[in-house]
Amino acid sequence: MASLKDATAIVGTGQTAFAKRLDDPEKTLACRAILAALDDAGIEPSEVDAFASYTMEETDEVEVAKSIGAGDVTFFSKVGYGGGGSCATVAHLAAAISTGQATVGVAWRSRKRGSGKRPWTDVHAQLPTPAQWTRPFGLLRPADEIGMLTRRYMHEYGVTRDHLFNVALACRNRANQNPAAMMYERPLTREMYMTSRWISEPLCLFDNCLETDGALACVVVSADRARDCRRRPVYVHSVAQALPTQHHGMVNYWNDDPLCGPAWTAARQLWKTADITPDDIDVAQIYDAFTPLIPLSLEGYGFCARGEGGAFTEGGALEIGGRLPLNTSGGGLSEAYVHGFNLITEGVKQLRGTSTAQVPDAATCLVTAGEGVPTSALLLRS
Amino acid sequence: MSSIMKATTDNGLLLPVPDQDGAPFWEFAARGELRVQVCGACGRLRFPPRPCCPHCQSFDSAWRAMSGRGRIWSYVLPHPPLLPGYAAQAPYNAVIVELAEDPGIRLVGNVVAAPAAALNSVDTSRLRIGAAVRACFHEIPEGVTVPRWLLERP
Repeated sequence: MASLKDATAIVGTGQTAFAKRLDDPEKTLACRAILAALDDAGIEPSEVDAFASYTMEETDEVEVAKSIGAGDVTFFSKVGYGGGGSCATVAHLAAAISTGQATVGVAWRSRKRGSGKRPWTDVHAQLPTPAQWTRPFGLLRPADEIGMLTRRYMHEYGVTRDHLFNVALACRNRANQNPAAMMYERPLTREMYMTSRWISEPLCLFDNCLETDGALACVVVSADRARDCRRRPVYVHSVAQALPTQHHGMVNYWNDDPLCGPAWTAARQLWKTADITPDDIDVAQIYDAFTPLIPLSLEGYGFCARGEGGAFTEGGALEIGGRLPLNTSGGGLSEAYVHGFNLITEGVKQLRGTSTAQVPDAATCLVTAGEGVPTSALLLRS
Repeated sequence: MSSIMKATTDNGLLLPVPDQDGAPFWEFAARGELRVQVCGACGRLRFPPRPCCPHCQSFDSAWRAMSGRGRIWSYVLPHPPLLPGYAAQAPYNAVIVELAEDPGIRLVGNVVAAPAAALNSVDTSRLRIGAAVRACFHEIPEGVTVPRWLLERP
């Protein structure tokens, strides 16, 4: 059977500034990030023949292709479920390129979530089928939906607010090293965390990701082509998408085990098709729209046993020099929240050795997409 | 159910927008009945409702009356920013109740002091996971009836 293992590589990354408000429209931001990624790779825009993005991306590939001056495009796809699609954009390009459907792929996400509207404020678009079972009762926002699972998680396994703080702090500490991060000059203390306002108790302000305007992109080519590019290739070692049996989206309250999320399914596929195990991972970029997604993902991806995700965060485990350095650009909690695309580009930077919070000699990185929704994940290696 | 074309109540709470699978639930609720879809072939309850049984693939189904008894599985206390109608009552509770008939059937709702009381009418210190609750029904002025939950031991 054909394999995607190391068949393709990410050879370029690009990003705009990140801010609560940027003047450029989303389409312009998308073009800036994509052109920066192509320049980083040393590849002409006219060579691009594949695109992948999110279904929530509002600039389509037609607009992007004609704006940047792409050539004839022979593969394009969009992945659903919000941030759950981030890693799948790269996975789709890897599949297309390794099977000869295209040669130069661009994945991107551009979003003005900082200055634009919050999706949950739309009273008319109760689009997901479960909305009738949740929204009338005031379970309105993703923070409420995940807060519900979080309280149950704390109840069943003794996860504490200090564990969630450990996650918020690790991300903030990395952001404090990253001049591009929205929280670069904003240190976080335990007192700030413990006295901050509730958003949806048990989740406080600092358990929630940022609201950001910004765009990012990356360029995927075959491993053969990658060796001729400007930068050190970062190989796509393993990929997975995951829609678990009887899964219900972010309001995953109706299966046998709601605390066992899509991460578990993604992990089984990811490790099955990899040469490495969780013990071999040098650095991880784990989707952090909310702090509790980190301990839940640590369990799902096999870094610890069921119920031990909270305890795993103790003793500086997620800091540089710890057991598993986490979200080394600051992640969605403290660098920028652009549906997780900055986690992909930061994974690339770590394996190039160019992160602002570099893990010495990092050679393997796990990148994950939104947990709690149909998700995706990547194993990257240098 | 024509009023469901409106998005919110006059005081800004979201009205349920049923899909075809869910419509019977709301029609039974309007009659004060809590009913859950049950497979006509293998007899297993399923929620949310859907066209066929994920266990035996039968398209035959019915709606079985529940006792209305259950326990709190989890809850959150939302604080602003929220839609205005909810912000006015925040912090309020939103709970998940697991039904006595099958703990795998879980309904999102609100624990209130009386069927028509506000979303914040129960002191949040009274809420705990495992607390026994029973269903009641509240017809909101727009003609839609929503199930709500009362603590068995207030």
